[in-house]
Amino acid sequence: MASDNRAKGGQTLLQVRDLRTYFYTAGGVVKAVDGVSFDLNEGETLGLVGESGCGKSVTALSLMRLIPNPPGRIEGGQVIFQGQELLGLSEAEMRKVRGAKVSMIFQEPMTSLNPVLTIGRQITETLELHLGMSKGQAWERAGELLDMVGIPDAQTRLRDYPHQLSGGQRQRVMIAIALSCNPKLLIADEATTALDVTIQAQILEVMKDLTERLGTALLIITHNLGVVARYANRVNVMYAGRIREMGVSDDIYGTPKHPYTVGLLNSVPRLDEPARTRLAPIRGEIPDLTSLPAGCAFRPRCDWAVERCGKDDPALIEVSGRHWSACWEHSRVERRREART
Amino acid sequence: MTAAIRSVAGGGPTGKSAPLLTVEDLKVYFPVSRGFLLQRTVGHVKAVDGISFSLQPGETLGLVGESGSGKTTSGRAIMQLTRPTSGKVTFEGTELTGLNGSEIRKMRRRMGIVFQDPYGSLNPRMTAGNIVGEPLIVHKLFSSKQEYREKVADLLLTVGLSPAMANRYPHEFSGGQRQRLGVARALAARPSLIVLDEPVSALDVSIQAQVINLLQDLQAQFNLAYLFIAHDLSVVRHISDRVAVMYLGKIVEVAPRAELYAHPLHPYTKALLSAVPAPDPALERKRERIVLKGDIPSPLHPPTGCVFHTRCPIMTDECKGEVPPLREVSHGHWVACIKV
Repeated sequence: MASDNRAKGGQTLLQVRDLRTYFYTAGGVVKAVDGVSFDLNEGETLGLVGESGCGKSVTALSLMRLIPNPPGRIEGGQVIFQGQELLGLSEAEMRKVRGAKVSMIFQEPMTSLNPVLTIGRQITETLELHLGMSKGQAWERAGELLDMVGIPDAQTRLRDYPHQLSGGQRQRVMIAIALSCNPKLLIADEATTALDVTIQAQILEVMKDLTERLGTALLIITHNLGVVARYANRVNVMYAGRIREMGVSDDIYGTPKHPYTVGLLNSVPRLDEPARTRLAPIRGEIPDLTSLPAGCAFRPRCDWAVERCGKDDPALIEVSGRHWSACWEHSRVERRREART
Repeated sequence: MTAAIRSVAGGGPTGKSAPLLTVEDLKVYFPVSRGFLLQRTVGHVKAVDGISFSLQPGETLGLVGESGSGKTTSGRAIMQLTRPTSGKVTFEGTELTGLNGSEIRKMRRRMGIVFQDPYGSLNPRMTAGNIVGEPLIVHKLFSSKQEYREKVADLLLTVGLSPAMANRYPHEFSGGQRQRLGVARALAARPSLIVLDEPVSALDVSIQAQVINLLQDLQAQFNLAYLFIAHDLSVVRHISDRVAVMYLGKIVEVAPRAELYAHPLHPYTKALLSAVPAPDPALERKRERIVLKGDIPSPLHPPTGCVFHTRCPIMTDECKGEVPPLREVSHGHWVACIKV
């Protein structure tokens, strides 16, 4: 599974192996990420999809080593970025990676930006810190960056404070900061979820254009299946702390082989299909991570479950050379369109 | 314009029966004041600026738009939770805007509302049973404690919860279950209309689908009319009979569901539809996308003429001058654009 992910033929940039991040809470141990492995190639766009509590954001925060401790702890695994094992680095060494080589943008730009500093100051800070630019150089570069992310009248906007910008513009500023040091990897964690659809479209296009131009790899973390379909070459579907299905986008959306992926695709009403009278949701609730069932975590909600699923939790099984599913019954699983009325 | 309003207001999908709800030229302006001791009004936010529509019994009208379009304020103004600045709201034959507080409370028995945030809209110190049963107490809809308990148990069952959950508090419920509680409360007093303000947008997709199915079942069971307010165009298409698109306080297009999604006419509707990515990579690679420039203008200083002209791809100088009227271009399909 390790080497077949060359969707774009690039070099492997990031290898995640058996990553485990647990949170120790009063209610018990929450295994938020419990054995996640995947590869990401240079310049590639990878999607990580799943619902709340599936561990997608914790995966991203673990890559950046930003897990609050206590209560959280990275319990094991490897994160190898450009051949360097990040989990073993000292905090000082890790600071040289964050922002410079790997950067991240979050859902709510207002809480990510410092409200009492001008946006110019916030962009130049990164440039001075990581690239050792002088104040003047950094200011000029900051203007260019704002211009690049499509903020009009960039030089004067540098003196604005975050509250003077709209939500979409703030997210553009976040992208400018994130890309300011030419990172090799940009992680976008629900970066457009809080935005209106027309603004979401603008921001996604800016992100795609810039990462393509700069050769930056992009990890898109979202619950929105449409966003991933449009922008990602490959997709990992997460559920209850693990990747349950992995493959190129066309396979995941066209011929899903995990019951959870099928359920997700059946749950959303779609503009590209005839209107239906009824949706086919996944039954039951998202499980409590402190008390997962034995065997496969999806079994209580699954229509394909067999006896074995209650005992053995399947690892990712190869469906084809570019498609894996963590389901014993994957060969029987399919998304039937005629089930729709 | 008045004639146009009348016909929009009167034209349901059937056009025969008397509408349950008629909204005519509804306006909600919020004053903006400056100064500390000597406060003066320096302007108005035109949150809702002259909208008209009607709703038949048992019908679902989807109201879509982005933040600041006025869709939530419209819902609140119809319920008289926010008093409209001007315009008429006629519900079950009664004109609501002129009523006093106690008369309105009586009318509200027939109208329920479900809010977006299942965490913020339920009192954390009330049990689920009391949350659902409160409307029964307010409107005195039971004669004995026994009857009250039975009605509450019945309501919980109706929305797919167990009557045994009546003694639990909201924090013991998941997001989807809380939204079911909100629906049960809205149903308690047997309304004929429910305003659903983004009822599923805070929920995960698998849970969202469950709640949507529940809403459709309840509508069939109780012949409810829904005013379904949402920003998600796919969900609105799924649940609505007719759809109205709002932008900066105005309805820019109204049409029966199939017509609106198959033949959108207003440039804003077109852009909105093209901005929704489909969960199909092969389709997405082929699709042309209209990406609008700029941000939604502030409703404090809306653009002159057509409110959409600052972002419109087909704008000409004429659009800056006159406010385009909503006019009927085919049966039941209304659009406010002079270029169509």
